[in-house]
Amino acid sequence: MSELALAAFAAATDSHVVREPKELKFRRFARAFDEGAYLAELEANGYRFLGRSDDAFPALVRELHDPPPGLFLRGEAEADLLSEAAVAIVGARSCSSYGRQVARQLGRELAGPGLAVVSGMARGVDAEAHRGALEAGGTTVAVLGCGIDRDYPAAHRDLARGICERGLVVSEYAPGVEPAPWRFPARNRIIAGLAEVAVIVEARERSGALITADFALDAGREVFAVPGEITSSLSAGTNALLRLGATPLTRATDVLALFGLEPDASVSPELGEHAATVLAALSEEPAGADQLGRVTGLGPAILATALTELELAGAAAEMDGVWRGVRPQR
Amino acid sequence: MLARTVTHALVGLDARRVDVEAHIQDGIPGFAIAGLADRACQEAKHRVRSGITSAELKWPSTRITVNLAPAELRKEGSGFDLPIALALLAASRQVPPEALGGHAAVGELGLDGTLRPVGGVLAAADGARESGLTRLLCAADCAAEASLAGIEPVPVHHLAEAVAYLRGEWRPSPPDEPLADANGSGPAILDLADVRGQERARRAVELAAAGGHNLLLAGPPGTGKTMLARRLPGILPRLPPEEALEVTRIHSVAGLLPPGRPLVTIPPFRAPHHTTSVAAIVGGGPSPRPGEASLAHRGVLFLDELAEFPRNALEALRQPLEDGYVSIARVGGRLVFPARFQLVATMNLCPCGARGDPAAECSCSAARLAAYEDKLSRALLDRFDLLVTVPRPRARELEAVAGEASDAVRERVEAARERLRGEPLRRTTGADELLSRAVERLPLSARGRARVARVARSAARLAGADAVEAEHVAEALSFRSPTELRAR
Repeated sequence: MSELALAAFAAATDSHVVREPKELKFRRFARAFDEGAYLAELEANGYRFLGRSDDAFPALVRELHDPPPGLFLRGEAEADLLSEAAVAIVGARSCSSYGRQVARQLGRELAGPGLAVVSGMARGVDAEAHRGALEAGGTTVAVLGCGIDRDYPAAHRDLARGICERGLVVSEYAPGVEPAPWRFPARNRIIAGLAEVAVIVEARERSGALITADFALDAGREVFAVPGEITSSLSAGTNALLRLGATPLTRATDVLALFGLEPDASVSPELGEHAATVLAALSEEPAGADQLGRVTGLGPAILATALTELELAGAAAEMDGVWRGVRPQR
Repeated sequence: MLARTVTHALVGLDARRVDVEAHIQDGIPGFAIAGLADRACQEAKHRVRSGITSAELKWPSTRITVNLAPAELRKEGSGFDLPIALALLAASRQVPPEALGGHAAVGELGLDGTLRPVGGVLAAADGARESGLTRLLCAADCAAEASLAGIEPVPVHHLAEAVAYLRGEWRPSPPDEPLADANGSGPAILDLADVRGQERARRAVELAAAGGHNLLLAGPPGTGKTMLARRLPGILPRLPPEEALEVTRIHSVAGLLPPGRPLVTIPPFRAPHHTTSVAAIVGGGPSPRPGEASLAHRGVLFLDELAEFPRNALEALRQPLEDGYVSIARVGGRLVFPARFQLVATMNLCPCGARGDPAAECSCSAARLAAYEDKLSRALLDRFDLLVTVPRPRARELEAVAGEASDAVRERVEAARERLRGEPLRRTTGADELLSRAVERLPLSARGRARVARVARSAARLAGADAVEAEHVAEALSFRSPTELRAR
């Protein structure tokens, strides 16, 4: 039976289907289903369908105990991208500025040497991971819990466009399927399935990111968790994972080593005198601009100039008014 | 018997000449006002009658008709009391009708005959001068305001005084010279010296003042965002005479001028609350009146808690931000209020306010955060040249010495503005290179690039440089927030 018909049936009945249903309803649907017309319409919109029996279908996803009938693809990249070495970076939607920054940095440092960064395009950690990967000029895959034509959330329309230029937006749900809460956990199994390694950046207890971690463990993937403050509820989930035996992620190199990859040679930029002073202060602890001014003794105008220099050099980043040094990974 | 006086009705900010005709004829005693007079104007009957008797003058117990011409123009407010009373007294020959020649009159009467100030006297005085009149009879409190229009005010305290003046029995004392440095209705000028720490935010405020940039201060509550913003007028240059007059005219129509020292020379500061209606912010109403945006003309419009304002109010501000005026269309025609203001706003980084505060944990759900961010359209955020995130200062930062006083900062701002009038500054090659690199490396749109270039120019002017150097561009770049609010 056609895998496309299964996916179309799931969309038509607003259900989740992985195996051919025995109902009469499905047989009737399949008889009436015009595969050629459906494919033509997909193609007209620039979408593709990759059935699970297709050679290009990622083997790791096929190995799941409930692989989707197929994946709908949107974007410029070849379907082969889904079979390449990939790392999933997921985490809380309402994350802290620390979480956002770590996600961005990991996205950049893992995509730079050639890993595909897989995530869910949700707000917070997911979006930052995609952005980091795009910044590094790498490839990234967004797995949606709705049709690939829905830019969900709507605020990420530009991000989706950016991802499509070099990577893929994929979903097991046919175009037109609306996002629904029950679809997201199912989406997480595909995120976990696509990547050999799952990195959880920040998660509360009972967070969706932990569902991804569970799927990844079930599928025998390596799970990394980014350690967080023990007093923050945003780190409760990741710290619980660590307690259970997840590998603490302290630098991108740990992940890259699993794939036998080297980190991008970080060109240490030539910094001006003031910028170097500020960077030295930032390596002690993250600080607001005024605090930096007090520590370094620089006036606000010079300090602002130095901070821009560091930002352009990728050596520091601001989040919510607080500057953090971006530690080069070795 | 018939007599005429001249007064003026306000249409927007302009005064239209209104001839007040009083006709006294035989018949059953009665008093009618014709000529599209509104409620307050109709009530003039009671005030005029009591005022005249209180001034120990004779109320003509016959049939009285008052016509306000042109009849199709809507007349509003209580400023017609004095001209109506004078026309009546002239019609009953209690004052010589010919004495009214060359005079306009405006003012509200009390039941005891005292004359009360009304709004829009400056506009009325302008109108009187334009229609070739030389004197304006008005309440004593409004005299200084009227004299700004270059017309001779006749300040009177009581209707009896006006009558004595017209009979040639009494001369008013000349009004005091209008005092400079009034602040209109604005709050007291606050000094920057009160702000401790916050060097970066202070610098942003100074840059905003030097270049007239719109400024957005973001950060958790209690970090001094509002305190800083309220100190902006104190470091802005005083208004030059023609602008001061322009601002005074608007504040006069709104009835906000303090008596005695009407000329607004300090840039106005308007801080409407976020529950203020759209019409009150941009101006409007059945007979359109200037809104907060126009009252902030040549000054600062301060929106505290920007995201709490209704979205339609914020979107309505886009026209004045772009064009410098508000245009209000009515069936009867279109009114234009000038509204060239500097927009200063504050906002929290999230609805609960904890974001950006290391000591608190944000409890906002992702959906709530999204709704909060969506409230501010990109088009509006695009209008802010300077965006500064004010993190919570540590306790020991608050022990820092008091900051520089406003007067010292204002001197620098004035010098920068002075240079602004000179040759436009060029960017050095280094500055251009940095700008191009920033466009590549940072999420910086074409509009964002233009914004950075503008702020860099102000930084260069503040520094007194001959050209916009790379360091000025770098500083300007640091005042756009790449990770927040923009590149969501």
